[in-house]
Amino acid sequence: MKKLLSLVLICALALSFASCGGGGKADEKIVYIGVNEPATGESGAGGKQETLGIEYANFVQPTIDIAGETYQVKLVIVDNETDTAKCPSVAQSLVSAGCSVVLGAYGSALCIASGPTFEAAGIPCIGISCTNPQVTLGNSYYFRICFLDTFQGKVLADYAYETLKARNIYCLAELGDDYSVGLVNYFMEEFKALGGNIVANETYPVGNSDYTSYIANAAKLKADCFFAPINIEPAALLIEQSNAQGLAMPLLAGDTWDSNVIAEAAKGTNLNIAFSTFFYSEVNDTTKQFTEGFKKWLKDNPDKLTANGGNDTVAAVSPLGYDSYFVALEAIKAADSKDSKAINDALWNVTYSGVTGSVAFDKNGDVDKDAIFMVGVDTATGAFKFITEQSAAK
Amino acid sequence: MTNKKRIIISSALIVLLFGGLWVMELTMNTASMLFVVLKKGAIYALLVAAINLLQGFTGLFSLGEAGFMLLGAYTFAIFTIPVEMRENIYQYYDGGLVQFTIPVWAALILGGLVAAFFAFLIGFVVLKLKSDYLAIATLGFAEILRAIFQWDKLGVITNGSNILRSFPGFSSVLFPFGVVGLCLAAMMLLINSSYGRAYKAMRDDEIAAEAMGINLFKTKLQAFVISSFFAGIGGGLLAMYQLTVKASTFTAALSDELLLIAVIGGIGSITGSVLASFLYIAANEWWLRFLDQETFIGAFKIPLLRSGFRKVVFSVIIMLIVLFYRRGLMGTREFSITGIYEKITAFIKKKKAAKGGAGK
Amino acid sequence: MNEFLLMGMAEISGGGFFQAIAGFFQTNLPYILAGISVGGQYALIAIGYTMVYGILRLVNFAHGDVFMTAGLICFYISTVSPLIISLPLTVLFTVALGFTIEKVAYKPLRNAPRTSAMISALGMSYLIQNLALYITGGLSKQYPQIPFISNSVTIWGATTKMVTVVTPILVILLVVALVTLIKYTKIGMAMRSVADDFETSRLMGIKIDNVISMTFIIGTFLASIGSMLYFTNYTAIVPSSGAMPGLKAFVAAVFGGIGSIPGAVIGAFLIGICENIIKGLGWTTFSDAFTFALLIIVLIFMPSGLFGEKKTDKV
Repeated sequence: MKKLLSLVLICALALSFASCGGGGKADEKIVYIGVNEPATGESGAGGKQETLGIEYANFVQPTIDIAGETYQVKLVIVDNETDTAKCPSVAQSLVSAGCSVVLGAYGSALCIASGPTFEAAGIPCIGISCTNPQVTLGNSYYFRICFLDTFQGKVLADYAYETLKARNIYCLAELGDDYSVGLVNYFMEEFKALGGNIVANETYPVGNSDYTSYIANAAKLKADCFFAPINIEPAALLIEQSNAQGLAMPLLAGDTWDSNVIAEAAKGTNLNIAFSTFFYSEVNDTTKQFTEGFKKWLKDNPDKLTANGGNDTVAAVSPLGYDSYFVALEAIKAADSKDSKAINDALWNVTYSGVTGSVAFDKNGDVDKDAIFMVGVDTATGAFKFITEQSAAK
Repeated sequence: MTNKKRIIISSALIVLLFGGLWVMELTMNTASMLFVVLKKGAIYALLVAAINLLQGFTGLFSLGEAGFMLLGAYTFAIFTIPVEMRENIYQYYDGGLVQFTIPVWAALILGGLVAAFFAFLIGFVVLKLKSDYLAIATLGFAEILRAIFQWDKLGVITNGSNILRSFPGFSSVLFPFGVVGLCLAAMMLLINSSYGRAYKAMRDDEIAAEAMGINLFKTKLQAFVISSFFAGIGGGLLAMYQLTVKASTFTAALSDELLLIAVIGGIGSITGSVLASFLYIAANEWWLRFLDQETFIGAFKIPLLRSGFRKVVFSVIIMLIVLFYRRGLMGTREFSITGIYEKITAFIKKKKAAKGGAGK
Repeated sequence: MNEFLLMGMAEISGGGFFQAIAGFFQTNLPYILAGISVGGQYALIAIGYTMVYGILRLVNFAHGDVFMTAGLICFYISTVSPLIISLPLTVLFTVALGFTIEKVAYKPLRNAPRTSAMISALGMSYLIQNLALYITGGLSKQYPQIPFISNSVTIWGATTKMVTVVTPILVILLVVALVTLIKYTKIGMAMRSVADDFETSRLMGIKIDNVISMTFIIGTFLASIGSMLYFTNYTAIVPSSGAMPGLKAFVAAVFGGIGSIPGAVIGAFLIGICENIIKGLGWTTFSDAFTFALLIIVLIFMPSGLFGEKKTDKV
């Protein structure tokens, strides 16, 4: 019996050797776009919302014309489990599925871990909300459509110094997370340059659930602002515990906090929360139109609404994901081909005006977005409230 | 079967395997998941075999494999990142302390040696402990190593908790197969030597083995160091496959996963470990990925399929094996050419005899 | 990062002795409170480990995951029913789960080598985590607010949750009850006898299976209570939530002397407090590693822990 079982398994292995072929067949009228996002793990909530933006874009514009023929655009969505060790295999599965271009991922660490695989395969990637400069640096196949942490760090430091009038800041990052460690680093550089003081710069290990000591440290060191640009799930715990411990100083964070999980956690607390983000729905007609359409789409698809966290709050990463899809389509149109190399060449010259601002890539593959929104949380209702729009020109 | 015949057949098979891989790589689409399975499968084969060397042949229950892999992977990465990239990667540590590179093969061996050295130190402390305490203590050491490698005071060497990248990867699938093949061959030789017999004697009965003049502690330490050496090389290879290294990914869960693969293959069978590794990676990375995809046939949504289902199926299979097929795929048997040859000749003889019988 | 400690010290040198002690405590009170609270929760898990190990000589790796599952069960039940019903139901389901795991994963392996049972425990832990991942869809679940114990309270200038105060009291009450049970009831006597000598107890007519089931029931009961306290403090539940607390509780059990219930409780409190003070000193990278370093030191220098009995292996 056992022999038979092993025999069957070996046969299966041999068969798949024989049946192995490439992904998409050349004669099909389909363009595959890969979506490399976390759906589980620490960044799962954010990754899902980013994916929703892409799916909505695919719903709005499901076809594309290449060389006079209409092609279907199909998304290949994979889950990288917020695990940098899983990224290479997951990335390879997108390569093997025959994707022409890949979108994602949420979180800089995941992008950095996936980057080399796509580079080796010659497939261009469009980063959506990965703000660490290292993602595109030295990788000619990685692009990104959001601002960088050098810029975000500067804006946040300005905001802390000028608006919050903070002089002593406590910084918290996640150990080994390129995003939070990087952003804290750029923030500290700028804040010190302004004349402020960093009372401590601490890290917590991945999967940590006890933040009371960090909160106590901040209070003990007499900080007047708590800077914690950390992932959504730890942030929700931090907010909860800050409230329980009666944290008196404002909490400041980066773009990851633009999530309904944060809004939910902050509801009913006595905290003062502010963060920087890519998008605010009430800015102009384009953003309003997007928000309306996206909310309606969520309402029509109950499982999408669940993936968005059970309500129709629009996270900034959704419109960014939406834009990334259209940037990819622009590049395919410009290349007039679904060949990855041609798309990669075309991407350098693509310009596109989306709901989160205009996109044009520089020599690193980054965009020069100079607008950033500071948003707070109305703790009574659990809704986001617009604070100010800041730009680097200041 | 004579010894000469066996050597000829084995070398022919090895040449055939490598030749086949070479031809496959030339003719097939290398983006296919098949090559992921081949590369990662080979690496896992080495790692699982290294665990099996301890668990299956020496009876030492260790859950610290991830720690030794971490040592190998970091050593490899630190010494092979091109000097011009260091400024960029060690961005918070002014380019780091190490400002030279060594060849890939040397870095792999060095990784193994570093892991072996630490295994020697750790083994000295923990190998006196009994089975489950040993498991927990090795697990503890792996966690401590992980914390040390994430410590920012050592950042000039380890880059703190930040990612290491830009070091060389595999140019061909033949490379991991070659390295792993050499290591596995060395392991087989070891097991069939007098050392290997001492290991097995110790596994079966420590007290009897001691009475026979085997120095328990020395033998255990030797096996632990050798196994960790291979784990270190496997860690280096894994780094080459992943193209990035980060301490936070070498968790206890990774050690558990490898141990469970060893159980699937059969505790005490190296070929079982190899077979199980390839099957596990193939199923996990390729064949069963569809279990994670929501799939529709027309408007009908196939129930249960969604993110995470693959892992559930896997863990159920593992539990079934643990409970009902405790010996795994191969038990303690090894897949050998002699064995197959003998079976075939016996089969032919039997048939001949049957024919002869019918003719009479 | 030693300014944390220095602050406390400075206050010591500043005033009189008692004032100084008071000052030190007040500066470090948030850490000590957090330590006591989490230590008490580790204690409730550690008892499950120590009892099972005492009787079966098995490190029940799945125990931490059962603890996590208790949190998830409570989350799901409380979405459909009020807390007054969902809390007892949580305890009931968790105990049922612990009971089932023993019957499915450990009982068939009772005569197998010890490593087989341990591998089975690892496999069970893997299965529970993956099932949790699948059911929750990989997103963290917000633990329901239990009134009274989730309220904020201010002790001596440090603000914390009521659960911090409730935990040590509840732990002591439960431990007293448990020790009484083990000392004076028939099943308790049977447990002690089985822990002492498995084979002889069987020969004496003790129903081993019942004793083992009872051990698992008590262990998971305490773990489910522990999960209510723990997740009230740390409100997000993810599939790996139970892994670290589980390991730390096991270390606590070893530290206190495996098989000893008061030992496990004291070990757990010590680990919880030390861990938080280490974080307060700024050594956050090493707060988990400390627990394991402690484990290794205990295993090498006093293998029978603080309160364990010295045992020699029989040939």
